[in-house]
Amino acid sequence: MLIEFGKVFVFLLIAIVFVIVALIAAKFIRPARPTHEKMLTYECGENPIGTPWVKFNIRFYVVALIFLIFDVEVVLLIPWALVYKGFGLGGFLVGAIFLFMLGLGMAYEWRKGDLEWVKPKVILPTLKNVQVDIKEDAAA
Amino acid sequence: MIYDFFFKLTGSNFLADVIQSLLPLFIFILPFALFAVLFERKVSAHMQDRLGPMRVGYHGILQTIADILKLIQKEDIIPTLADKPLFNIAPVLVFAGSYAAFAAIPFSSAFIGSNIDLGVIFIIAASGFVVAGILMAGWSSNNKYSLLGAMRSAAQIISYEIPTVLVVLSIIMITGTTNLLTLSEMQTGHFWNWMIFGGPQMGLAKFIFIPIMIINFVIIYISTLAEVNRTPFDIPEAESELVSGYHTEYSGMKFAMFFLSEYANMFAVSAIVTALFLGGYQSPVGYLGNLFGAHWLIPIEQFFWFTAKGIFFVFVQMWLRWTLPRLRVDQLMALCWKYLIPIAFVNLLIIGLITVL
Repeated sequence: MLIEFGKVFVFLLIAIVFVIVALIAAKFIRPARPTHEKMLTYECGENPIGTPWVKFNIRFYVVALIFLIFDVEVVLLIPWALVYKGFGLGGFLVGAIFLFMLGLGMAYEWRKGDLEWVKPKVILPTLKNVQVDIKEDAAA
Repeated sequence: MIYDFFFKLTGSNFLADVIQSLLPLFIFILPFALFAVLFERKVSAHMQDRLGPMRVGYHGILQTIADILKLIQKEDIIPTLADKPLFNIAPVLVFAGSYAAFAAIPFSSAFIGSNIDLGVIFIIAASGFVVAGILMAGWSSNNKYSLLGAMRSAAQIISYEIPTVLVVLSIIMITGTTNLLTLSEMQTGHFWNWMIFGGPQMGLAKFIFIPIMIINFVIIYISTLAEVNRTPFDIPEAESELVSGYHTEYSGMKFAMFFLSEYANMFAVSAIVTALFLGGYQSPVGYLGNLFGAHWLIPIEQFFWFTAKGIFFVFVQMWLRWTLPRLRVDQLMALCWKYLIPIAFVNLLIIGLITVL
């Protein structure tokens, strides 16, 4: 008898085999008459202009980074969630401190504007009284 | 167990396993996809006061079969500029990811593909496969629409994975298990034992749990909706701006595979929501099998209840599609990071506190 993860592996194999068999079966039925126009990149009927690998918004990377941090921390929380009841209030407090630190990080990101899709302008830390002097210095 | 049945029938471990793994595909996913495509078209049509497909068969019931026959005959176009190996692997990966999730879904007490202890976590991990496949499809197509669609889709899926996992975590904290079969067994009895109504525990804790669990349920439903790229979170394939997102360049059977895995995913996420919050395969009112003393009937009834609950949530997904407008990308991210995640965090802490006190 296969172990349970062996069955998962059989599932994956079957998914892969199913797609391949379906594609091969279709290969015998479908026509294949490629022309130059057919093989062009689709751009609503126009000839494609420039490289398709355009520069895209840097925010996607920031989201991926934030996700990475959160996901790792969530993975760390899973074993805790399974056993913390056995340790009573102390067990809960350990997790709560961890979550609190995660929350602090999140608050920092929020304050820095990293959760906004359109990043707001950077707010420089200013002191009310000193502000005038800095401006004069910059002018001078 | 269905495994033992096939083991007796074939006398071979491996064959029994393969047959068992094939079952979700042939008795469930393919018929479900056939049904869901037509169902979606009919639901959309009737919500807009149209009739929908009416020509093929009675009220168009054979429409999907006609569509499949058409798709098989379509030429498979690989653009000259596309990255061919990645372009061909992408549909395999997307389908494998959504099919692997079915391995851990408990259809009934006698039928679960693989009764792994990490059930919920495995399903979430398997959905990570889909992200890789989608990015691969978008990147290798060498098309602006595809790339943008894939980037948006990946950003959306990974963002909304966090509220999902946080809600799953709160369920794990209450029940102390990640095995979906055990989780479903815990919610046995009547519907007030379902997790959405506070789970199997008794007393004051149950009543405090009820509002929290309802909020959690709403959070996980919203985030799974975003994970399958359904409206109102369908910016990855916004027809009016990106043609059809990451599968713009795909045609024929490869396109059909993307389509199939989309519908399989729709059911998979509904199944997770059902298994976690709505009692999984448990009947809300009791079983006919118990009433008549026919115990072999119970697994079949459980299968019926599970499918009915799952399909109901698929229906809600279709319903929302015609109710809500599409979210803008900044609203989408704000909803996830500024509302769902903090609320899920607070819920997690409250549940932790209640369970240890």
